[in-house]
Amino acid sequence: MSQDSVRVEKEALETEREPNPVLALLRTSVGRNAGLVVALLLICLVGAITAGSRFTDWDNAMTILRLAAVVGVVSIGMTFVIIGGGIDLSVGAIVALSSVWCTTVATQELAQDIHWLWMVAVALLVGSACGLINGLLIAYGNIVPFIMTLAMLASARGLAEIISDKKTQIVSVEGFDDFFNRDILGIDVQVWLFALVSVAGWILLNRTTFGRRTVAVGGNPEAARLAGINVKRQTVYLYVLIGFCCGIAALMLVAKTTTGSSTHGSLLELDTIAAVVIGGTLLTGGRGTIVGTVLGVLIFSSITNIFILNNRSFSEQSLFKGAIIVAAVLLQQRLASRNSTT
Amino acid sequence: MTDTPLLQMTGIVKQFPGVRALDGVDLDVRAGEVHCLLGQNGAGKSTLIKVLSGFHQPDEGTITWDGQDAAFSTPAKAIEHGVATIYQELDLVPHLDVTENVFLGHEVSRAGFSQRSRAREMARALLARLGHAEIPVTRVVGDLSPANQQIVSMARALSHDTRLLVLDEPSAVLDQQEVANLFRVIRSLTAEGVAVVYISHRLEEIRQIGDRITVLKDGRTVATGLAVADTPTAELIRLMTGRSIEYVFPPRPETPRDQGEPVLEVRDLSLAGVFTGVDLTVHAGEIVGLAGLVGAGRSEILETLYGARRASTGTVAVDGKRLRRGSVTSSVQAGVGLAPEERKSQGLLLDEAVYRNITMSSMARFARFGFLDRGQERKRAEELTTSLDVRPTGVTRAVRTLSGGNQQKVVLARWLLRDCRVLLLDEPTRGVDVGARSEIYQLVRSLADRGVAVVVVSSEIEEVLGLADRVLVVREGEVVHESASTDIDEAKVLDLVMEERVPA
Repeated sequence: MSQDSVRVEKEALETEREPNPVLALLRTSVGRNAGLVVALLLICLVGAITAGSRFTDWDNAMTILRLAAVVGVVSIGMTFVIIGGGIDLSVGAIVALSSVWCTTVATQELAQDIHWLWMVAVALLVGSACGLINGLLIAYGNIVPFIMTLAMLASARGLAEIISDKKTQIVSVEGFDDFFNRDILGIDVQVWLFALVSVAGWILLNRTTFGRRTVAVGGNPEAARLAGINVKRQTVYLYVLIGFCCGIAALMLVAKTTTGSSTHGSLLELDTIAAVVIGGTLLTGGRGTIVGTVLGVLIFSSITNIFILNNRSFSEQSLFKGAIIVAAVLLQQRLASRNSTT
Repeated sequence: MTDTPLLQMTGIVKQFPGVRALDGVDLDVRAGEVHCLLGQNGAGKSTLIKVLSGFHQPDEGTITWDGQDAAFSTPAKAIEHGVATIYQELDLVPHLDVTENVFLGHEVSRAGFSQRSRAREMARALLARLGHAEIPVTRVVGDLSPANQQIVSMARALSHDTRLLVLDEPSAVLDQQEVANLFRVIRSLTAEGVAVVYISHRLEEIRQIGDRITVLKDGRTVATGLAVADTPTAELIRLMTGRSIEYVFPPRPETPRDQGEPVLEVRDLSLAGVFTGVDLTVHAGEIVGLAGLVGAGRSEILETLYGARRASTGTVAVDGKRLRRGSVTSSVQAGVGLAPEERKSQGLLLDEAVYRNITMSSMARFARFGFLDRGQERKRAEELTTSLDVRPTGVTRAVRTLSGGNQQKVVLARWLLRDCRVLLLDEPTRGVDVGARSEIYQLVRSLADRGVAVVVVSSEIEEVLGLADRVLVVREGEVVHESASTDIDEAKVLDLVMEERVPA
């Protein structure tokens, strides 16, 4: 037996060796992320060439990061949901609903002297509650995530319009604006928040039972269930998590624009799913990285920034982004199909 | 029957990551013969027919078809040359009717318009040729019995100009009468000069239908072209197992184990439409086996008592504590573990590291406020994989790269780590090579010796009899016999599982 095993071992090692070292590197998550860094640098190079110092100066870097922050926070949540084998199309609508709900609380007459932390609590609660509804109906109602969150996309946006009466609600709560628009060490609080959520997400995914369960549930739900993991409960947690992230994003948007509006966060689902996919997370679940997602977000917002600096239209931007998403998925599939030849 | 082979395969090698599935296989098939392919699970039969039918490309070796060099690069190419394969899982489209299924992929048409009535006529003719003119050609395939679906599959094969028909365990879903019918069809095909490659585990069937036999073992041909009539069964078994004694089972303990407290108690467990009224008591240190045919409800009994399926009636208790019905989580917490039948799709996260697969059910033990101590996880996993001799070593390698036997050890390690009280094993040696089997048997016995109550389900009767202390025979969802495994032999069990089978 032992001789046989040695033979098998040697053969296993041989078959693992990759004829093409670049492909082999891209297959590991570290290698993929290195590839994304290269892509990001190339994009920056394009930016520097086409827009010169307008692209390269510090203020513009901050603009890119601020642009990235809102999308980024939600993308971290999306990474978890997609690794867990789901998808959430309702993020934009949840952001809108959370924003108008918290600005409504702030603008009600009775609540004139309300503490700004109440706004924070309301936004986070509304976001999490929407996620909870998504999660419960997906896990226990057996509704396909795509359909459930599509329904939530419509309903949450609709409720946001009803609450706000389709009006943009301007708010100015002293402590709130101060907190969210402050600089710390020359860097915007919003950017710090994105960094904080990313680090927390990384720890949660890589160092906790929660992260391990997420990977198990997305990688092979049947095996996870038979190993005694409560797949349904984990699914609910994942949607609550992304709902919570939407709450944070809503607060960031309210502070940035000093308004709550039922149009906030439109097409956010596109940007976040795209960032996650570009970041190398498999849409089939079970595999993905936070670092990849952060890089995906930065790549996307840099491209947006370069288009704006070069006075290109939003339509051209969309066209280009669509192409990038397709390219990213094609590349991912090539890598994935070579990976599973058993 | 001519002597020039229609198909000749020489030195076929097929390598998958971590496994050399075929390691030099020779096979020659003549027109008009029934050539039986024998071998245990994992011997390489399925891989061989996938190479033959163009699904896999051989890494080495030559294939000669009708005197010419040929390796079929796609299944379509193979069909074009007249090789048709009927797999265990039939590849019919359940919502289409018989005619549409027969001509799927090469619809009867003229100038792009399908000629439905002509197609139906042709389908009728094909079914008649197979002796099944009674199957209505406009019936939706999903409504037909498995036996008739198989006939439709064969009609599809004949709708091409088939010269070689490969049947992968065609009798697995059939009752005796249907098998007799199938044999009639096979004989009429071979009389027309069609060659048949017939795969089956049932030696008695091979006696009835086969002309020649090729035996595979561990991806190699150990004997080819044996005449069925001249080869005694004992010889075949010796060739398949590579030794005259069939398996090495660990010795049973001297003292009977059933005096202690029962660990697992199952009372009147039923799953509507699948099995009814199952009573089962397993004591600490005892191994109980469930024998029966595929589809008799063995796996379902195991899955239901584990909570993976929700029982219609009945109770399951571990150490006197009732388990919540239909809740795997509560079973696992009570100390029940399951090594499922489909290891890859139900048991493992193939792309994840070995240690993560092992700690999957005991994560709480390695966590503090939800944070995992990965060093500790790896250390425990390393201890377990060393003691179980999992090879290749290295707990951070992906489970996918291990062979079937070693993957099974990983699943067992998971439950060892949990110190489970009850271990449920569904086909514990499926896809495990012969050498690793006895290791698995040893392992199961040593678990029992530590006081675990074990329930084993297996299609291989000798495995159940050799491993278990007590045997329950399941037939059509009912336990029809229970005794000590030393009080019953293989023939008696076979008799029990086959008895009074009602024709479908």
